[in-house]
Amino acid sequence: MRYLPKSPADREAMLKAIGARSIDDLFAPIPAEYRLNRDLKVPRQMAESEIVDWFRERSRETADGYVNFLGAGAYYHYRPVIIDSLISRGEFLTAYTPYQAEISQGTLQSIFEFQSMICELTGMEVANASMYDGSTAAAEAAMMACRVTGRSAVAVARSVHPEYREVLATYAHHQGMPLVTVPFNENARLDLNRLEKSITPDTACVLIQSPNFFGTIEDVVAVADIAHKHGALLVVSIAEAVSLGIVEPPRQADIIAMEAQSFGVPLGFGGPYCGVIATREQYVRQMPGRLVGQTTDRNGKRGFVLTLATREQHIRREKATSNICTNQALIALMANIFMTIYGKVGLRELAKQNLAKAAYAAQQFGKHAKVLFSGAPRFNEFVVQTSKDPYAINARLLEHKIVGGLPLKKFYPELGNAALWCCTEMTTRAAIDTAAGLVAKGERSVKPTKETAVVQEVVR
Amino acid sequence: MKPTIRKATQHVNQNEGLIFEKSSPGKAAWKLPLLDVPEVDTAKLLGSSERKDLGNMPEVSEIEIIRHFTRLSTWNYAIDLGMYPLGSCTMKYNPRVNEVVSRLDGLANGHPYQPEKVSQGALRILQTLSECLIEITGMDAITLQPAAGAHGELTGLLMVRAYHESKGAPRKKILIPDSAHGTNPATAAMVGYAVENLKSNASGMVDVAALASQMNEEVAALMLTNPNTLGVFEQEIHKIADIMHAKGGLLYMDGANMNALVGKVRPGDFGVDLMHLNLHKTFSTPHGGGGPGSGPVAIKKILEPFLPTPVVITRPDGTLGFEFNRPQSVGRVRAFYGNFGMFVRALAYTLANGPDGLRQTTEDAVLNANYIRKGLEGVYDLPYSTPTMHEVVFSDKVQAKKGVKTMDIAKRLIDYGFHPYTTAFPLIVPGALMIEPTESEPKEELDLFIDAMKSIAEEVEEDPQMVLAAPHTTRVSRLDETAAARKPVLRWKPALATKGA
Repeated sequence: MRYLPKSPADREAMLKAIGARSIDDLFAPIPAEYRLNRDLKVPRQMAESEIVDWFRERSRETADGYVNFLGAGAYYHYRPVIIDSLISRGEFLTAYTPYQAEISQGTLQSIFEFQSMICELTGMEVANASMYDGSTAAAEAAMMACRVTGRSAVAVARSVHPEYREVLATYAHHQGMPLVTVPFNENARLDLNRLEKSITPDTACVLIQSPNFFGTIEDVVAVADIAHKHGALLVVSIAEAVSLGIVEPPRQADIIAMEAQSFGVPLGFGGPYCGVIATREQYVRQMPGRLVGQTTDRNGKRGFVLTLATREQHIRREKATSNICTNQALIALMANIFMTIYGKVGLRELAKQNLAKAAYAAQQFGKHAKVLFSGAPRFNEFVVQTSKDPYAINARLLEHKIVGGLPLKKFYPELGNAALWCCTEMTTRAAIDTAAGLVAKGERSVKPTKETAVVQEVVR
Repeated sequence: MKPTIRKATQHVNQNEGLIFEKSSPGKAAWKLPLLDVPEVDTAKLLGSSERKDLGNMPEVSEIEIIRHFTRLSTWNYAIDLGMYPLGSCTMKYNPRVNEVVSRLDGLANGHPYQPEKVSQGALRILQTLSECLIEITGMDAITLQPAAGAHGELTGLLMVRAYHESKGAPRKKILIPDSAHGTNPATAAMVGYAVENLKSNASGMVDVAALASQMNEEVAALMLTNPNTLGVFEQEIHKIADIMHAKGGLLYMDGANMNALVGKVRPGDFGVDLMHLNLHKTFSTPHGGGGPGSGPVAIKKILEPFLPTPVVITRPDGTLGFEFNRPQSVGRVRAFYGNFGMFVRALAYTLANGPDGLRQTTEDAVLNANYIRKGLEGVYDLPYSTPTMHEVVFSDKVQAKKGVKTMDIAKRLIDYGFHPYTTAFPLIVPGALMIEPTESEPKEELDLFIDAMKSIAEEVEEDPQMVLAAPHTTRVSRLDETAAARKPVLRWKPALATKGA
């Protein structure tokens, strides 16, 4: 086996040194009745060329080369090539968690820079080294809010990513954490009146997403006022990190739970991605996950270490703030390099292009179909309502190698024939025109819809 | 005394400040394509939601970024540089073909919500890996969704809870041996279970009599690491399983140490009801400085209704798809389907090995651990003489008499060109030196390691102060962790900028 660095003679010599007659002697502790006396039924050993071929086949069985209008928590942005050159260095790729600071300064300093840039972008005071993804970060942020406030309930906006809410429900179920879902209004923003009524003295936090699942930017200031008036924290989930280049960050939030996938992380069928939690300094000791801090060595030289570990499972065991151990370090490094590349000016310009593409696309789609929720600002996603079933529309688009917007029936049946479309800097005008044209073609062949009825349903 | 350090030589490496300290206005490492749609008036579109300033984000050029991160990388130790003997971490070789296939366009650019019709290749990878892992563990079904080992534990205990609830009551406690990883009790707490400690016996194994007396109808499951963190196989595993099952409890196995078992014995055959795997340990996906991991949970048939959604299924027409409608499911534990990129890598590793390679891998891992044990026995105290599987745990009992502790020996090992072993764990061994070489080390590297450890033991006798002040050859040495925790500096700020290192 080509990964194994021993000759038969090496193995013989080592067994002899140990004083064992054969390798079987070393497995004697395993009771004989349980030992596997046959080959595992897994595919035979393959050559590297065969492995590459097998995966190339699989790659061809996907939408390779298709134009993609999907967003919904996973965004197709350009990944500058130096990201992969740098993260492929064995010293980053094949290093362990930086517990031994003296020989892990590279990882530690890069995490410190990552934490610093996340703070700059979110307007928060501290950020951790990463969480699994945006969904688990949101759930952990809600649990953190419970610890901070000593309360147990969570009011979650219905416009938070439906799968994030599912994860939150899974985590909450056994935490004794009641969840109440707050509806959105005719602009897809959180219904503030309903929020007021949903908050109780036991509400630990209000959890919203901005831009929310429909791409709409929430009125964070107004939501924060209501939450804080009742002594609850505001937790804001950010699923589209590029929005931070042009959208004012939710500075009024107490905890931000982010998904940094947009920062140079491949779509990769949903993972690995990069969650992050950022918060105010006063709450840092209730924060889950690893933190890197600056310090000095015995010669007074600046260096970095993992710190505040008394929050973590390897020290506190069942009293830890979370059970998280392994996080998404290498993916955080991707995000770190991406943020460094675009920096202060580039990130704003990048976000502006996203804004422009989505605005143009919404205009084109709006000519023949209904674009919902136009009353509030949005970033790079928008909801298109058609008279035809979006699944049928998408089947037609697929024939033209276009993956259309995400049909929303599964998550929001009240929106009827609606789909969530996304445009990034990668979406060309030609692709937008083609897709909008194909959608329009379907629309012209049917009667106009009862738009007002649908909007009323939304407000319900 | 001048020690002979054969593995490493000091050499010059580059100084490098923080990226913020290199920034100046007008430098750029980016260039956007020409905008092919009309420009927009951001103020008009966004109103008060428009962001005006990005604070202290850096402005640097491409070559500076390349040098910055390349310089930082040279300050790290890595498997690619040498042995990484961290116990229970399984730091094995990360094959490069894994990286290549995970970056194939159709896989790297696949959107999680693209229609199943154009996702068949990805679904086939999920299904093939699932089948391999089910066969390797001897279980009946699996979820790949958990993002890391601890997340797998959480998913597993959620299923344990759902199972007991379906029988009437969730039960109250989880039994956890005193040798367990910290994630086990932390996970039990997250799922609303009380933790009850289970003492080890004189051989470092589960005390079966104690287990029998502690097991009752309040206990939902036992979380057992096998081989345990001493590298010892639980020889009475069948009795342990019987005791659990007789009172309606479940046996959960922490698969952190599965590298000792693959192809030789299957947990499903010795009574385990559910277990998680760490693809970033046993199945060679890179640790990447602390992640990403992947923690699939394999289960027996009785737990199948409770699997997280969605589950991969074969449709009547032979195509693959996701099944979401599972009324007894514990729910979703992560958005989308898990760390897919890690599935690609783990499957590539499995295909590269085949049944013969997987078995040889396990045999070599156990051979290496026993070779180190033999080489260091008598030099370092061996608190448990029970046979060793894939890792061996010594203690600093002999060296502590000179005032030198396990962490000091570990720091001195750095000067010899090795990453330290795991220190001060497991908790049942005071001053533990926990060593797991994995199968990836050639005999020559193991010999260098044994020589280094012997040499350090001699240094402790002759010049303990020198060992206490180690490492002597690194960029920084003995960083002040107390100061870091007392007055945390967790981000760069212009005012805090000090002179570059």
